[in-house]
Amino acid sequence: MVGLIMSSINKNAAQIRASVVSNKRVGQYHQLIINIGDLAGVCKPGNFVAINVGGENSRMVLRRAFAISRVSVSATFGGTMELIVAPHGQGSKWLCQQNEGAVLDVVVPLGKAFGIPTEPVQVLLVGGGYGSAPLFGLAETLNTRGCRVDMLLGASTASKIYAPMEGKRAVNSLRIYTEDGSMGQRGRVTEPISELIKDLNIAVIYSCGPMAMLSAIDEITRGTDVVHQCAVEESMACGIGICMTCVLPVADESGNVSMLRSCIDGPVMDGSFVQWDKVGKAL
Amino acid sequence: MSVVDLSTTLGNAWFPAPTFTASGCASSGRELAQFFNLRDMGGVVTKSVMMKARTGRPTPRMAETPSGMLNSIGLQGPGIDAFIAKDIPYLLEQKARIIVSIAGETVEEYSTLARKLRSVSGISAIEVNISCPNVENRGLVFACDPEASRRVIDGVRRTIGGELPIIAKLSPDVTDLVSIARGVVEAGADALALINTVLGMVINIDTMRPHLGGKTGGLSGPAIRPIAVRAVYQVHAAMPQIPILGMGGISSGRDALEMIAAGASGVSIGTASFGNPTAIMTIQNELKELLAEKGFTSLRQVIGYAHRPESE
Repeated sequence: MVGLIMSSINKNAAQIRASVVSNKRVGQYHQLIINIGDLAGVCKPGNFVAINVGGENSRMVLRRAFAISRVSVSATFGGTMELIVAPHGQGSKWLCQQNEGAVLDVVVPLGKAFGIPTEPVQVLLVGGGYGSAPLFGLAETLNTRGCRVDMLLGASTASKIYAPMEGKRAVNSLRIYTEDGSMGQRGRVTEPISELIKDLNIAVIYSCGPMAMLSAIDEITRGTDVVHQCAVEESMACGIGICMTCVLPVADESGNVSMLRSCIDGPVMDGSFVQWDKVGKAL
Repeated sequence: MSVVDLSTTLGNAWFPAPTFTASGCASSGRELAQFFNLRDMGGVVTKSVMMKARTGRPTPRMAETPSGMLNSIGLQGPGIDAFIAKDIPYLLEQKARIIVSIAGETVEEYSTLARKLRSVSGISAIEVNISCPNVENRGLVFACDPEASRRVIDGVRRTIGGELPIIAKLSPDVTDLVSIARGVVEAGADALALINTVLGMVINIDTMRPHLGGKTGGLSGPAIRPIAVRAVYQVHAAMPQIPILGMGGISSGRDALEMIAAGASGVSIGTASFGNPTAIMTIQNELKELLAEKGFTSLRQVIGYAHRPESE
């Protein structure tokens, strides 16, 4: 998938003014519903958005990237997208303070989406922290293709698990792991993967979460036939492919490693091509 | 609204508008073309291209700072041959005007790059990015060394002959910018690009080490705008006949007008495009409106306007 790279920006990407339909607190996160009109129809699971933060006279000059967790089209609001935002930094805190009616400058949709199997195969979805958010929309899409979807979610503690009730409908089974044991089983989300691959005859693993988790999954799938599609996380200045800051070392089919932009050639990448041991190192 | 003539020149190159991308802030141009027609702005200044493909520096490559950002990319790029084969034809197809930025590690590499470009048609000008470490002189940045700066420009001038304008891009991290500017003009530069990023550093207080993979990075964005305006003003005062491509934190038509009044014949927009993919077109439109509001009929009337005698 990643081997033959056609580096180009998502051809549906557009810059729009989009209004906030609702903003609700969900545990440690905020669920924002934003009206994006017809563009909701071209957003796919794995795509992300880049949002201007801080208002007109802000000292924050860079756009912030957020994964789209779900899109829907309703009679009342037209096309909307859902973002699950953790108020960590200045930009995401500002976004979490935007209430119904606030107008945002949004570039949407961006990046490569998760590849959907053409055959109804067994798939495993693995999410870390709020990285689980886009996996629920993905699960619905996979369901409509007849795939059996099992899901593992992990976080350091219970309040960092994002697992909405309605999202669970699309999955066959859901197991939760927390490092402190405050929810589900105590341990890391990667622990049961080897066994599940065998027991459930998993063909594809979809993952979204911290880089350490993605890299650990790659170690498990290496040398197996399991395809690992992961949504990578690297800090971006623009989200549209012009700043060259969000790069990752990725090999092509002949083994040549180059620094690819996670905003253009990702965020979804084939984990087996990412050179996890070279991330953050000079090539 | 009255019609304002926005056209400008850099050496013998004519542009219908004074707005350009800043080198290294538009990748190959394909990404911005998703948001507006590249032909509608003055021109695309390409990412500085070197002889060979480069993977660049490790991540993190970026840190946002108050009203700015630090970057440490390390001139990642495809190398001159792939650039000429793929990127130039694309930009020509878009009818964009092209300023090719070149960078080298030796005086010789710059000349070789110029030789490669000499036979490429459709280029408006060459920008010589001399903010690179000189491997033949302990990695001292060319732009911080008056003699090395001069030799690079001299080599490029001799190689490409007298047709293509040469724009020397200078670093603000020097004690006497005017003397370096004079040196490169004497060596054959037709125009100057001011300013490159300002060297900076951010320390990550979790790791208690420099945040960037390359440790230091170039500061850009509105935080450096007054430094850029000062640099353009000083150099224009010393050499009013030399066109300047002004840049450093320009994010509005007002900022562009300020830079032009300081002495710039054109402006490059970099960091503002990261925050807003249509920044260049917005700035161009705002500049046109501002000029009209103030009663100017052409951009050229305003170049260096801040230098006019007290009596005017």
